[in-house]
Amino acid sequence: MTTYQIIDAGESRSFPAGDAFRAAASGSGDIVVYLGEGATAAYRSDASKTAVLVELGTECLGVATDEGRGEEGSNALGFARFRVGDGEPSNLIELVRQPASDPVALEAAKTLFEEAGFEVSVCADFSGRILDRLIRPYYNEALAKLDEGLASASDMDLTVKLGLGYPEGPIELLERTGLHHHHDVTQALFEVYGTKHYAPARRAKVAKQRLEQGS
Amino acid sequence: MTTIKTVGVCGAGTMGAGIAIVAARAGHRVVLYDTKAETLERASKQTAGFFGKSVERGKLTQKQVDGFLGAYTRTTDINDLAACDLVIEAVFENLAVKRELFGKLNAICPKHTIFASNTSTLSITEIAGGCGREDRVVGMHFCLPAQLMKLVEMSPGLNTSDEIFQTAWAFCEALGQRPVKTKDSPGFVLNYFLVPFNNDVIRMVEAGVAEPADIDRAIKAGLGYKMGPCELLDLIGLDTQVLLCEAFYDVTHDARCAAPPLLKRMVAAGHLGRKSGRGFFQYDKDAMFGG
Ligand SMILES: NC(=O)c1ccc[n+]([C@@H]2O[C@H](COP(=O)([O-])OP(=O)(O)OC[C@H]3O[C@@H](n4cnc5c(N)ncnc54)[C@H](O)[C@@H]3O)[C@@H](O)[C@H]2O)c1
Repeated sequence: MTTYQIIDAGESRSFPAGDAFRAAASGSGDIVVYLGEGATAAYRSDASKTAVLVELGTECLGVATDEGRGEEGSNALGFARFRVGDGEPSNLIELVRQPASDPVALEAAKTLFEEAGFEVSVCADFSGRILDRLIRPYYNEALAKLDEGLASASDMDLTVKLGLGYPEGPIELLERTGLHHHHDVTQALFEVYGTKHYAPARRAKVAKQRLEQGS
Repeated sequence: MTTIKTVGVCGAGTMGAGIAIVAARAGHRVVLYDTKAETLERASKQTAGFFGKSVERGKLTQKQVDGFLGAYTRTTDINDLAACDLVIEAVFENLAVKRELFGKLNAICPKHTIFASNTSTLSITEIAGGCGREDRVVGMHFCLPAQLMKLVEMSPGLNTSDEIFQTAWAFCEALGQRPVKTKDSPGFVLNYFLVPFNNDVIRMVEAGVAEPADIDRAIKAGLGYKMGPCELLDLIGLDTQVLLCEAFYDVTHDARCAAPPLLKRMVAAGHLGRKSGRGFFQYDKDAMFGG
């Protein structure tokens, strides 16, 4: 089994307090894992380790490691356990590599997470990685189409469940996990990519504004 | 309760053959019409095969199936649709073809007959336009494979009467299907969400963000979808995705709906998905590798 050490840098969305992944960590190890919203700032390079893993939010790994000429890469890798808002963390780890990432580090990180029972998808260092980048425009569209009366919320949800086999429809999923969280993620991606599909839908904005005014 | 007794199905292709099974299974008289005799022949074999399996699996008795098939006729003569209370068209996805068909049917069918369209991307209002009974035309979008999937997206056109829509809705429920109501808008709900989503996936592959297998794994493990989008695109057919893009972009002018360059290159290279043995993944007969 791979041994790993955790360095906490704030609250972790991937592995909250009490998560089994924390319990299996040791005081030192072949791999260092930075957890929490301050992980990119706390990151220190360490060539003596097989890999140094940095938990990411919507930001890029390059914020921690720096970048240059599209040739950046080392034993440092980013990751996030996919999770929508207040929903439970999923079983997916998105593992982020740079153009010249060390293949040995990548393999070791994959093994570490797979040994811990996760599925791992590797992706390049882009904000929102794979899933947030794909689902946020879909959620924004669903919210906008609800406003336009394309179908009722329950018919919209039922359509994707029966027609596409999704376990949950977009409206029920967003209401369960917190529309204001969707606002925050899609707003961050909108700032990076600038395309209108990431702009928070009206209903997400309302939810955010209600939270901000304290209601 | 439905007042519909005899159902006509136009087009005996992938969708029409399945819809005819659904109607027959619900106890309707069915007339399946296609311009091509060989297509009707194929549909006939598929139908016998499907019902045969239902009997094997104990879902239906041979007696029931004999009853269904006894009330099921096939024809290349459009005049044989004259006795239908409702006609569903599942002919080519082409506005002119569908409009011409409804125009002809208007002259053949009695006044009370309802016309339904299984279109995926066209406007129900446009299909109904000029047919002579615009108030009796509804959208009834079945999912592939129709004989197994329960969902039907039902849409009234701008001129559809409420009463007719209700009658068609009751008919749909009596078929044992689950209708949902959507506006007459491009792609209704299902394709409206799916087509641009799949394009985003293709662009993500093209931009080198992640490999198809990694994207599919993420979607399944992270969101609990049964199938990954690349796998699904290979099943739909990449050439079909191009047609969907063209239809959608034409109406919406939404950049997400435009066919991604990689999609066009793959089609040009003959990588059409499962049917050509190669798409985002490679297929050896039915086995899948590279996933
Ligand atoms: N394939 C799908 O996944 C799917 C799903 C839902 C809806 N649809 C829609 O269903 C319709 C049919 O699609 P399909 O995949 O079954 O197509 P298909 O090509 O398999 O079948 C179309 C059939 O219509 C026949 N036809 C064409 N013009 C005709 C006419 N004027 N009169 C009588 N028959 C005619 C053809 O001979 C052919 O057999 C389209 O509108 C399509 O958008 C398709």
